[in-house]
Amino acid sequence: MYRYDEQDHKLIRERVAQFRGQTERYLAGELSEEEFLPLRLQNGLYVQRLAPMLRIAVPYGLMNSTQVRRLAHITRKYDKGYAHFTTRQNVQLNWPNLEDVPDILAELAEVEMHAVQTSGNCIRNTTTDQFAGVAADELVDPRPYCELIRQWSTFHPEFAFLPRKFKIAVCGTDEDRAAIRAHDIGVQIVKNDQGETGFQVFVGGGLGRTPILGVAIRDFLPETHLLSYLEAIVRVYNQLGRRDNKFKARIKILVKAMGPEEFARRVEAEWEQIKDGADELTVEAIQWAKRFFPEQPYKTFKAGHGEAVLRDQAGGDKAFARWLERNTFPHRVEGYQAVTLSTKPTGIPPGDVTDRQLEAIADLSDEFSFGEVRVTHEQNVVLADVEQEKLFALWQAARKHGFATPNIGTLTDMICCPGGDYCSLANAKSIPVAEAIQRKFDDLDYLYDLGDLDLNISGCMNACGHHHIGHIGILGVDKKGEEFYQVQLGGSANQDASLGKVLGPSFSRDEMPATIGKILDVFVENRQPEEFFIDTYKRIGLQPFKERVYAKAS
Amino acid sequence: MPKPAEKSTVKKTPKAKTIGAQPENPAQLIVDGKVADNQWNLLPLTGEEEVSADNLVAGKIILPASVWLALREALQDRKQEIGVWLDSDETADLIGEYAGELPLIAAHFPAFTDGRGFTAARLLRERYGFTGEMRAVGNFIRDQLSYLTRCGFNAFAFQGEQPLSALTESLRDFSDSYQAAVDQPLPIHRRRALA
Ligand code: HEM
Ligand code: SF4
Repeated sequence: MYRYDEQDHKLIRERVAQFRGQTERYLAGELSEEEFLPLRLQNGLYVQRLAPMLRIAVPYGLMNSTQVRRLAHITRKYDKGYAHFTTRQNVQLNWPNLEDVPDILAELAEVEMHAVQTSGNCIRNTTTDQFAGVAADELVDPRPYCELIRQWSTFHPEFAFLPRKFKIAVCGTDEDRAAIRAHDIGVQIVKNDQGETGFQVFVGGGLGRTPILGVAIRDFLPETHLLSYLEAIVRVYNQLGRRDNKFKARIKILVKAMGPEEFARRVEAEWEQIKDGADELTVEAIQWAKRFFPEQPYKTFKAGHGEAVLRDQAGGDKAFARWLERNTFPHRVEGYQAVTLSTKPTGIPPGDVTDRQLEAIADLSDEFSFGEVRVTHEQNVVLADVEQEKLFALWQAARKHGFATPNIGTLTDMICCPGGDYCSLANAKSIPVAEAIQRKFDDLDYLYDLGDLDLNISGCMNACGHHHIGHIGILGVDKKGEEFYQVQLGGSANQDASLGKVLGPSFSRDEMPATIGKILDVFVENRQPEEFFIDTYKRIGLQPFKERVYAKAS
Repeated sequence: MPKPAEKSTVKKTPKAKTIGAQPENPAQLIVDGKVADNQWNLLPLTGEEEVSADNLVAGKIILPASVWLALREALQDRKQEIGVWLDSDETADLIGEYAGELPLIAAHFPAFTDGRGFTAARLLRERYGFTGEMRAVGNFIRDQLSYLTRCGFNAFAFQGEQPLSALTESLRDFSDSYQAAVDQPLPIHRRRALA
C-alpha cells in the first residue's frame, strides 16, 4: 500500500499544527463558531446530537495493521472504546472531546493517517472496490489512480470551498462494487481497442434529497489525463454550481439544469486549455504510483489443491460451508481467497466495532493477509489475501471475535445510518429497525435461500444509509411528530444502477418486520429458480408487492 | 369571508440583480507578506452608477467590473491608476483578455465559504497572464491565506479591525504542496518522478 515519504509527513504535520492553532483560537473565543465550522469540518470534526464526531479518512478503504491498532488505542484513550465503519470506507469516532482532537490527529499522523477533507464542501476521500487488486474480474487495479487522486485533491487550494461536498469513486471491474454512479464523479477504468488503459467518466450522481445517477460525459479518457480532466470538471462546478441554496448546490443539480451535453462541452473546453499542462500525468508518475501496490509475496499452489481441502472441510461442517459460501470471494491467484469479516451480528449497530475487535482485526490481518485490512462500503472488513488452506483457521478465529456471521450480501447484511439514536437531523431511529429485521430473519437457511439482497436504511432523506440504491430501501419519515418508515423497492448500486420506487404509505416501526416479511413472501412466490430479488422485482414490477403489503385484512 | 389568495395568482417578477454586501476599503492591508497602507480606493457597486470618465474621482481607484468594461476605452490614459474588482459571480474570462494591461485586480468574497474567487485568481494568473496586484477583498479569513496565496493572491484587504501583522503568520501554514498552482509550477507527482 501507499507509504508516506518525508513530504507527505511534513504536509500532514503542518495540517495538524494548523488545526491545533485554530482549535485554540476557537476555544479562546478568537475564532467565531461560524468561522470555525468549515475549518473543523475539513478536519473531520462534526458536532452531533450527543457529542462531537470525528471522521477519520481511510484512503480508498485500505489500512495496515499498525494503523488499525492505533485506531484501537485512540478509541480507548479518547473515546468510549469503539469505532464505526462508514459507507464511504472511513472510520468514525462518536465521542471525542473537541479539545482532544488535535492530539488525536497528531497520533494518527504518526501512523500515516489523517481526517483531512472527510467532511465539508471540498473533495472527499476517494473510494473504490474493496477487492481492488485481488478480484478475478478486474481489468486494472484502481488503487494507484485512487492514490494519485488523493494527492491531487488533498489541500487543493482552489477547491477547498466548493458549493457543496464532492465525492469521487473509481472502479476497475465491470461489476460496479463502488457505486460510482451515485458519486459526483464516477471513474470507470476501461481499455480501448488498442489495449490502452483509460477512463469512462460519469458526473452528477448523488443520493440525498434528489437522488440522481451519474451520466457519462466521456467514454474514453487517456490514462495520463486523469487529473487534468478532474480539475476541469471541478473548476467548471466551482464557478457555476449554485451557492444560493444548499439543497441545490451539488454538481448533480448543475448537470441536470444545464443538461449533460452542455456540461460536457464546458468541461471539454476547460480541459483543452489545461490538458497538456503540469497536471498531465507522466508515464513515470503512473509507474511511481503503481510501485506502491506490488504483487504480494504469494506462495505457489497446485491447481485445485486448495479447493479440495475446502470441500473436505465444508463437507464435515455445515456452519463452515455457509460461511465459505457467503463470506469469501474468489481471488485471481490460485490458492487464495478474499474474506469478509461481518460487522453485522444481530443486535449491534451495523459497522460498529470495539477496540478489542479492532486489535483482533489487526492480528488476523497479520496472521492471514499480509497485514492489510480493507473497509467496505457495506461497512464490513475485508482480508483480501488469505490462503485457502488457512480459511478454516481464520473462520474459527473470526467466530471467537464475533466477525463470522455468515450473512454477507444477504438481507441481514444491511447498510444502516446512525439515525435518531445519534444524529440530530434524523426523522426516525434506524438502528432499532435494523435490529428488529435481523431478529425476525435469523434463520440462516431462509436467508441463503433468498440469496443476494441489499437492504439499506436511512433515518432521513439525507440518505447516509443509501436507501435509494438498496434492493429494499427504508427511509425514516416524520408524520406529525411520530417516527414512520417509507419502503422503496428496486434500487441497485451495480452497473445497471437504478433508484428505488416508493411502495406506498409509510409504516410504524412495529409494522416494519412484518412488512418486510410480506415483501419477501411475494418474492419467494414469484421468483424463478435461482433468481435474485432485484431480478424478480424487475420482471414483475411494484404492483404485486403493493397489493400484498396493503391488502385489507379479510 | 374573502377567499384566501390562491397560490397561482401571486405573481413572481423576475428579480433584478440584487446588490449584496459590498467590500470595504480598509486603511491598511497585507501586501507581499507585509502590512502596508492602502493606496487604492475601491468603488462599490450601488446599482445606480452614474460614473463617467469625466466625473470619476482622482487617484487610484478600483472599479466594479461592469463599470470598468463600459469605461475602459475612455480611461485609456489613466490606465496605471485604474484597477478592477470582480464580484464572486463574475468569472475571470469577463476581463481576462485585458488582464495584461491592468495594474490591480481584486476578487470579492461575499462570504469566506464562497470559493469562486480562488478559481478566478488562478485563471487570471495562469491563463490570462496577469502580473499586477491580485487582491482579496471582503469576508475571507486568515485561515485561507495559504490557499489564496497558492491561487495567486498577493494582497489581502481584510474587513474590520484586525491585527494584520499577526495574521501574516497564516501565510506560512504549509511549506509544500501536492498540486501545481500559481506558486508551484510542478505537481508533486512530477517532482517525485524526477527525484
Ligand atoms: C451521525 C451523524 C451524521 C450526520 C449529521 C450526517 C449528515 C449528512 C447529511 C446532512 C448528508 C446530506 C448531504 C447532501 O445531501 O449533500 C449526508 C450524506 C451522506 N452521509 Fe451522512 N451524516 C451522518 C452520519 C453518517 C454516517 C455514519 C455515514 C456512513 C455510514 C454517513 C454517510 C453519508 C453518505 C455516504 C452521504 C452521501 C449521500 C450522497 O451521496 O448524497 N453519514 N450526511
Ligand atoms: S441519513 Fe439522516 S438520520 Fe441518517 S445519519 Fe444521515 S442525516 Fe442522520
